[in-house]
Amino acid sequence: RLWCRGPQCCMMGYLSVSLQPRAVNVDLQTDATLQVDISDALSERDKVKFTVHTKSTLPNFKQSEFSVVRQHEEFIWLHDSFVENEDYAGYIIPPAPPRPDFDASREKLQKLGEGEGSMTKEEFTKMKQELEAEYLAIFKKTVAMHEVFLCRVAAHPVLRKDLNFHVFLEYNQDLSVRGKNKKEKLEDFFKNVVKSADGVLVAGVKDVDDFFEHEKTFLLEYHNRVKDASAKSDRMIRSHKNAADDINRIASSLYTLGTQDSTDICKFFLKVTLLRWLCFKIEARVAADEDLKLADLLKYYLRESQAAKDLLYRRGRALVDYENANKALDKARAKNRDVLQAETSQQLCCHKFEKISESAKQELIDFKTRRVAAFRKNLVELAELELKHAKGNLQLLQSCLSVLKGDT
Amino acid sequence: MTKPAASAPSLSVAASLSKPQSATLEELEEEEQEDKFDINISITNPEKIGDGMNAYMAYKVSTQTTLPMFRSKAFTVRRRFSDFLGLYEKLSEKHGPNGYIVPPPPEKSILGMTKVKVGKEDPSSAEFVERRRAALERYLQRVVCHPSLLQDPDVREFLERDELPRAVNTQALSGAGFLKMINKATDAVSKMTIKMNESDVWFEEKLQEVESADQQFRKIHGLVDSLVGHRKELSLNTAGFAKSVAMLGSSEDNTALSRALSQLAEVEDKMEQLHQEQASNDSFCFAELLADYIRLLGAVRGSFDQRMKAWQRWQDAQSMLQKKRETEAKLLWANKPDKLQLAKDEITEWEAKVTQYERDFDRVSATVRKEVLRFEVLIYFFFKTLVAFTLLIKYWEAFLPEAKAIA
Repeated sequence: RLWCRGPQCCMMGYLSVSLQPRAVNVDLQTDATLQVDISDALSERDKVKFTVHTKSTLPNFKQSEFSVVRQHEEFIWLHDSFVENEDYAGYIIPPAPPRPDFDASREKLQKLGEGEGSMTKEEFTKMKQELEAEYLAIFKKTVAMHEVFLCRVAAHPVLRKDLNFHVFLEYNQDLSVRGKNKKEKLEDFFKNVVKSADGVLVAGVKDVDDFFEHEKTFLLEYHNRVKDASAKSDRMIRSHKNAADDINRIASSLYTLGTQDSTDICKFFLKVTLLRWLCFKIEARVAADEDLKLADLLKYYLRESQAAKDLLYRRGRALVDYENANKALDKARAKNRDVLQAETSQQLCCHKFEKISESAKQELIDFKTRRVAAFRKNLVELAELELKHAKGNLQLLQSCLSVLKGDT
Repeated sequence: MTKPAASAPSLSVAASLSKPQSATLEELEEEEQEDKFDINISITNPEKIGDGMNAYMAYKVSTQTTLPMFRSKAFTVRRRFSDFLGLYEKLSEKHGPNGYIVPPPPEKSILGMTKVKVGKEDPSSAEFVERRRAALERYLQRVVCHPSLLQDPDVREFLERDELPRAVNTQALSGAGFLKMINKATDAVSKMTIKMNESDVWFEEKLQEVESADQQFRKIHGLVDSLVGHRKELSLNTAGFAKSVAMLGSSEDNTALSRALSQLAEVEDKMEQLHQEQASNDSFCFAELLADYIRLLGAVRGSFDQRMKAWQRWQDAQSMLQKKRETEAKLLWANKPDKLQLAKDEITEWEAKVTQYERDFDRVSATVRKEVLRFEVLIYFFFKTLVAFTLLIKYWEAFLPEAKAIA
């Protein structure tokens, strides 16, 4: 009995797929000087191994084409190194890919294995196929998210030159960054708490610059609405999946009904029920496609808009520092003490603030362009997909009718 | 004594079964088409008459027909639920024993009707009335589509006569009562199957089919109920999603994208309506049809039961004939001439009965066979789904150019 070994083992060999380069969520220029993609991925018991493949004409690399194997934690390390780097304060740091999460899917497979005795062989096989397809879909999505992160970095004029990035791409040994120790995790937690408190404070200060003031208002509202839309779309998709599960079970029962006996009544039902069963199947598949298009797009822009907000926050912080430095300089001048020190400090703050503002402006404009392009692409694809399915269904139903009318 | 193996009636029926399956379906469908042109029933305008616990729903029953046996081409009467039950009672008494599958009416529902009587104006009682109306319509359609039942004067009276005498004694037809009746029939049949081992394999197979079909239908009915619940949930969540997409669109500062997002919100709203419609489709059409079929299968088993009874009568008559012959032999031996003549008369009488009951049995068997093949086509159901998908295409086709216009 294959099931005895547990679903994870069943997935092992099955999901070592070679993934073709596929359309990603965001519209990015591909540049011949540096091309990055995830050419392969393997899902193991509690981790996913990504094969990061690089093609480059840049002199920084030893070879023009090479691959390394990376795990999720190494992506996070790279992302965090960008965030912590003061030089990148003025850029939107591409959001980190979410952790691969197969728990729900694994649980379902486990439950299926336990309930094997209570259903017919056909039902079991069908459900197993469905769950495996679901697992595969989640797997493909997580690979896509990790790939998008790398592509965004590779496309960014400054970040692509980052040394850590090059090490990530090229160094074919383990980066040994897995499992932050407890102390570090706690530090991170407090860092985030302070940030959000600060964020509120900084957001309250009205900006002199109209562009940034507008961006701040816009981003705060936009981010919240994307968050709401993303949550609602998740809920909608869950309902759709529940309905699809019911549909699958009804379809199996109808199929059983139709194939019971090769006699008159049942042959008749077979026709009717098989065709309805097909319609059901299509309906369930459409739900999955909706998931891929709309929900992923919203989730991605939820993270991107957060990254844009983070940029505004960093600029806000720099502005506060600059204003504080100004006040300190005035005080120093008034007391005529440590004036040089205060002047240097003020100049540094000014420089930092201006540098961030300049690059931030461009980053935010680029963000808008990217966002509009991505939404356009996805909305068009969504509409075309829905149309394709609806037309397919219509054709199927029309042929159902003609079959029923006896034109076999 | 066993039935002769190759008597004429069963051969001819067996021959019809060996025809390709599509031929039988075609015949069925031709019959259906013909009937549809001849007579059409619609039930409309459910109206509450009276107040309080004595109140009832009256339905308008309209008939359109080209058949000469009716008084005119179109006419309307008002009937209440108990009238429909009364019709079923009369028809099943008269035709049931002959092996006909008399279509059963929808079940009594104490809870459903109480709400209506008490005057609770909520959507669930409106839904109940609508379901009942639709079920009654399907019931009458099935009755008039049955060529033998249509000939029955009670049916004509039901459709034509202005005032019907109140039907009493319709308690037997509550849901629980009906189920009890069916279960009794099943028990009887399963007990007798062992004895009837010389009969057509066809009947045994059919009965098994009917019973497992019944099981499957009940299972599917439960699943459809679950689906309806999930679809209602889905339509709520789609509405929520549509609203949030509209909000997102209004905060988006690129004009074309903003417009496209609000368009998307509208499409999602329409999807929500579609989900709602599908939910009521599934519950009205699919679930109701399944419930109809579960009841119909019960009637099918009832007709098998009738055939069983006919067989039993014939067997009993044969045993009686055997006894009479033995009596005759005894009397011959005992040499009692006057009693002998009586015995001879009784033998003649019972020989006639045996022949009669054998003919009855063959006739009922043939009827049951034909009846079993008369199941309805589920095209109505498909038409509804077709309409839903046609609408879907319209909405998405309107949205696509807006999406493409985003610059």
